[in-house]
Amino acid sequence: MALTAGAGGITVRARKAGFFRDIFAVAWRAVRSMLRDLETVIPALFIPVFMFAVTVGALQDFAENIPGLDYRAFQLPVAVLFAVTGVSRAITVVTDIQSGYFDRLVITPVNRVALLLGLLMADFVLILALTIPVIIMGFIVGVSFETGALGILAFMLLAGLWGLIFNGFPYAIAFKTGNVAAVNLSFLLFFPFLFMTTLFIPQEQMTPWLSTTADFNPVTYILAAERSLITEGWQWGTIRDGIIATLGVGVVSLTLALYTLRGRATRR
Amino acid sequence: MHEFAGFDTGQMMTETKATDAIVTRGLVREFGAVKAVEGVDLSVHRGEIYGFLGPNGAGKTTVIRMLITLLAPTAGSISVAGYDAVTQPDQVRLRIGAALQEAALDDKQTGKELLTLQGRLYGLRGREIAARMAELTDLIDIGDAIGRLIGTYSGGMKRRLDLAAALIHQPEILFLDEPTTGLDPISRNRIFEEIGKINTDLGVTIFLTTQYLEEADALAHRVGIIDRGRLAAQGTPEELKRSRGSDLIIAKLDGNVSREVVASLEGLASVDAVDAHNSELTVSTGNGAALVSGVALKLNELGVGVRELTLRTPTLDDVFLQVTGSRLQKDESGQQEGETTGDDD
Repeated sequence: MALTAGAGGITVRARKAGFFRDIFAVAWRAVRSMLRDLETVIPALFIPVFMFAVTVGALQDFAENIPGLDYRAFQLPVAVLFAVTGVSRAITVVTDIQSGYFDRLVITPVNRVALLLGLLMADFVLILALTIPVIIMGFIVGVSFETGALGILAFMLLAGLWGLIFNGFPYAIAFKTGNVAAVNLSFLLFFPFLFMTTLFIPQEQMTPWLSTTADFNPVTYILAAERSLITEGWQWGTIRDGIIATLGVGVVSLTLALYTLRGRATRR
Repeated sequence: MHEFAGFDTGQMMTETKATDAIVTRGLVREFGAVKAVEGVDLSVHRGEIYGFLGPNGAGKTTVIRMLITLLAPTAGSISVAGYDAVTQPDQVRLRIGAALQEAALDDKQTGKELLTLQGRLYGLRGREIAARMAELTDLIDIGDAIGRLIGTYSGGMKRRLDLAAALIHQPEILFLDEPTTGLDPISRNRIFEEIGKINTDLGVTIFLTTQYLEEADALAHRVGIIDRGRLAAQGTPEELKRSRGSDLIIAKLDGNVSREVVASLEGLASVDAVDAHNSELTVSTGNGAALVSGVALKLNELGVGVRELTLRTPTLDDVFLQVTGSRLQKDESGQQEGETTGDDD
């Protein structure tokens, strides 16, 4: 397409940038914006450290009456999931919608799916970064990984995958409603996922109703996989179950996010 | 629709010319039971500035959102830059730029970062973006502020950056939805100067909505007036103003204008037409200077209290009053006489 040259002489050709270029362009903007909003990351670090300290402080002696249970190792995956769950740019999406900037993005030839994947890619970077201080905290209190350095990497990736998958929910709410209060309500999903599971004690020690509920909670399997990396070594079946559980939630959350993005970005 | 000398509406509605940048036929948009746009036919020629005017809620923004592919029409067709906006939206998006109501920017980015991202989404390479940014920062006169966070910009600077973002990929057609609303007069003038430069220097077709009729009058090659979802009039500003006669005598009365007063004034010699809208009376004539005293005497004779009597040549606002029944310009009290209920179109 030949367009009129600017007054300065150069003629540029607008064209579709391509799927991956679109993703990186959107992701880079989100990463930059995160770096300028570091104060929003502080709660994501404070809450897991606080929860870890309080829970271990209150329950370690009691819980370690269970034979073979290292309660600090048992709690470290919980701290990591607290750190990575719900860390998203969904509020930024709402701001973009309200300011009209989202419309500006949508009237470019950008691939619509890239608008979500770019944000998720940036989230993934932040989520992985957030696991590091939590793991260091674990080392400081004496937790070690049976699976070694590769196990630590797997531990981070598994937690990162969960954080990424969970973010489908706040993005879906942001695209659907364009409302900050509604996005903040996505935090409510945090409670059944993270509390109706093996959060404080092993499943065998739970009351029957909560144990049954935990059977149906995907986070139970993610926690089991994470714990196995710390205390048991490479338990492939447990890790597989954790990944399947995460992907199962992902089918729901990302389908919702893509569906609502389509509704927001396409012309109704 | 009102037809004006030199403007063949029949031809416009049946032919699409190669020189047309935007063509709509029977454009309709419904929101549930509400018809926001009802059968709008537009033809905007390549290289022209087209002023799209209308009161709040008339359907301006709905039309512009359909033209820039943000909204699908309920019925009718839209061709933009030679492509169907419904079936070929990506082709249209490559060829248009838009600055919508309120500067649509991200306060957390710098001006440079925002323009770079825009360029990347239009597939431009780094060298192309750098060259365009150099041209645009010169055009919009934003200087070193381009490296500052947008949140620190004034309203006028944000609007100018918004314009630059709409132009980064050298679009053929630029859509501007009330680009000066809320700005102080100096910033407004600056934006309008820049719009003129973009059209004359870069040859960009501009589709512009504005509430400032004097600016539409000065800038636009042609003007369309939309009212209640329909295109009520279209033509060059001169054609539209000429349709109101060569001189207007405007009388603002103490009360509403009665039929008896209108009939009496119509009986005066050399009166072309008399229009009444609430308490405002407009007498069109070929020789205002000769008639003004006759109008004053007649009103006095009829016992009508007159607050203000003015003789002047017609403005676009007079055309607006004629075709919509209300004025777009604000009166002295700051109230917009043409305000109607509805969305903020």
